[in-house]
Amino acid sequence: MTTFSVPTLAQMNASGQAPEVLFWVGCAGSFDDRAKKITKAMAKILHHCGVSFAVLGTEEGCTGDPAKRAGNEFLFQMQAMMNIEVLNGYGVKHIVTTCPHCFNTLKNEYPELGGEYKVEHHSQFLNGLLKEGRLKVEGGQFRGKKITFHDPCYLGRANDEYEAPRALLEKLDVELKEMRRCKQNGLCCGAGGAQMFKEAEKGDAEINHVRADEALETKAEIVVAGCPFCNTMLTDGVKNREKEEEVQVLDLAEMIALAEDL
Amino acid sequence: MQFLPNVIFVALLGGAIFWFSKNVGRIRRNILLGRDVDRSDNASGRRANMLRVAFGQSKMQARPIAGFLHFIIYASFLIINIEVLEIIIDGIFGTHRYFAHFLGSAYDVIISFFEILAVATIVTVVIFWWRRNIGKLDRFHKPEMEGWPFKDANIILYIEVALMFALLNMNAVEENFTSSEHSFIVSHSIAPLWSGLSDSGLHLMERFFWWIHIAGILAFLNYLPFSKHFHIILAFPNTYYANLEAKGRFANNSTVTKEVKLMMDPTADPFAAPPSDGPIEKFGAKDAMDLSWVNLLNAYTCTECGRCTSECPANLTGKKLSPRKIMMDTRDRIDEIGKNIETNGEFKEDGKTLLGDYITQEELWACTSCNACVQACPVDIDPLNIIMQLRNFATMEESSAPAELNAMMTNVENNGAPWPFSQMDRANWINE
Repeated sequence: MTTFSVPTLAQMNASGQAPEVLFWVGCAGSFDDRAKKITKAMAKILHHCGVSFAVLGTEEGCTGDPAKRAGNEFLFQMQAMMNIEVLNGYGVKHIVTTCPHCFNTLKNEYPELGGEYKVEHHSQFLNGLLKEGRLKVEGGQFRGKKITFHDPCYLGRANDEYEAPRALLEKLDVELKEMRRCKQNGLCCGAGGAQMFKEAEKGDAEINHVRADEALETKAEIVVAGCPFCNTMLTDGVKNREKEEEVQVLDLAEMIALAEDL
Repeated sequence: MQFLPNVIFVALLGGAIFWFSKNVGRIRRNILLGRDVDRSDNASGRRANMLRVAFGQSKMQARPIAGFLHFIIYASFLIINIEVLEIIIDGIFGTHRYFAHFLGSAYDVIISFFEILAVATIVTVVIFWWRRNIGKLDRFHKPEMEGWPFKDANIILYIEVALMFALLNMNAVEENFTSSEHSFIVSHSIAPLWSGLSDSGLHLMERFFWWIHIAGILAFLNYLPFSKHFHIILAFPNTYYANLEAKGRFANNSTVTKEVKLMMDPTADPFAAPPSDGPIEKFGAKDAMDLSWVNLLNAYTCTECGRCTSECPANLTGKKLSPRKIMMDTRDRIDEIGKNIETNGEFKEDGKTLLGDYITQEELWACTSCNACVQACPVDIDPLNIIMQLRNFATMEESSAPAELNAMMTNVENNGAPWPFSQMDRANWINE
């Protein structure tokens, strides 16, 4: 993709350097075609702001979140211990990730197993850059556009972060129209708790279709997500309602990268 | 004979307190059947949470109308119960309106205020009754509410109205006494209803309402341990012992940690016999006794309001999962285990378990772990924690997770991602 290089921690380490922050890409961000675009947008922003960062590359493994939520504590802790060994081996102190599931697991469930890091969701990290003056955001192509934001459960309720993503959106000069259920009361996209990897139980509707309806009710042109799984679920929901021509589903990082023409 | 009413009163009061304590003790024993979990940390944070959430009703106000109405009944309950203290003193010592001697004219103002609260309670109860029985609020008519739970809710409302009527009429009758010294704002206006009675008839009716009121209160007290209404007591310890950490943090099983560390330790002896001390550890929960005492305290605290279920994405889309049912099932099962222990001296295998006989796998696997139920609960109950422990058992002990999840987990195990991509391709995006 790139006009710049994304170093791995191994490469940096070999040349005796240590990055300011580790970009934890996550499985979706590494393998899912849609989520890879979010990963690239985030890498562009980090590069643009002059943040020295690295990825783990082939040394990264699933945090174990879906295994733990599916009840497999063994597999979760195996993954956690392997990742912690790698992270501690490199002396990692600060992690940023675009996936709220990775964020939650690294932040809340790794410390007890020996992995203590400052972990931030990209909305929080980018806000930090804004405050430090290293990231300057102007509305660009999004100025005045009506958008809505879907709170990821693992960022919002799970970790009480509702303001960081909204503060970024405010900088984009968009018109934020909240959904009926938002923030603490936000409706799940339907993917959490390992649901992403299985068919839903029998019911009378799909959760992501209901959530897409709530987003469409706001008449927003863009539905903003902060999670690769929410992104997939909402994109599918919008398609199911045949609104994909009019309504885009974008990640926060993509919004900023597009606004800044990165 | 002069002291007969005092003796009857003391016997009634003593009996009521005895039976109530006995049943609270029974519930306490049942809760302590649960696995131990340490919630002795952060006492000041816990007190603050209890004051805010239970005493201050902060989470009730997420739904302003129900929150406001509930607050009226709650405040009335707390304040009017000050008068119960006077009733008990009068009952034991044969005095009449004992506090009036100290409070002088302020007494009539205070009781008038109580009467206003009593009227507010009656109005609120009528609205609640209407919401439940005629308004057909969806969450009051889910499958788990059929039968006893629905009746229980109405019984509570009927008792509350009866108690308030007895209080108001007692005061109204008394105002007609030739020796009457008091007049209160609400009962004053209904006093004429009783003006046709003779003085002895009035005294008889006053006593009748007095006894109905206090006997009703004591009966209600003893109804609590058998009712969802027990939340008025358990809401306080439940919010005190609630999880105060990030909702996304699910506890790590320390037994698993030991085993995983052993597996990853190259110096460990692979043929070493496992330590033989203690019983074999079971992963996760299959029955109510495998859950923690906090889970069981949660279950007895639940007042079946259904806010959790009405926010649950699975339930909203017609799946069988209802977080409220998880709590009710847990309570019903641990209650059944408690009875089993009472009958047999110790728990005798009854061929039933929480997972399977009460909660089905279909319910279990519909959860998205989104924490909406936990957020919605006005008294900090955590149904998700129970669901996750049941999943632990299903996956690690029974291998009964849905096939697609087993496939996902195989991928994580083999190639470090939930999909079958090679770990070696993880950084391919950089050059795409």
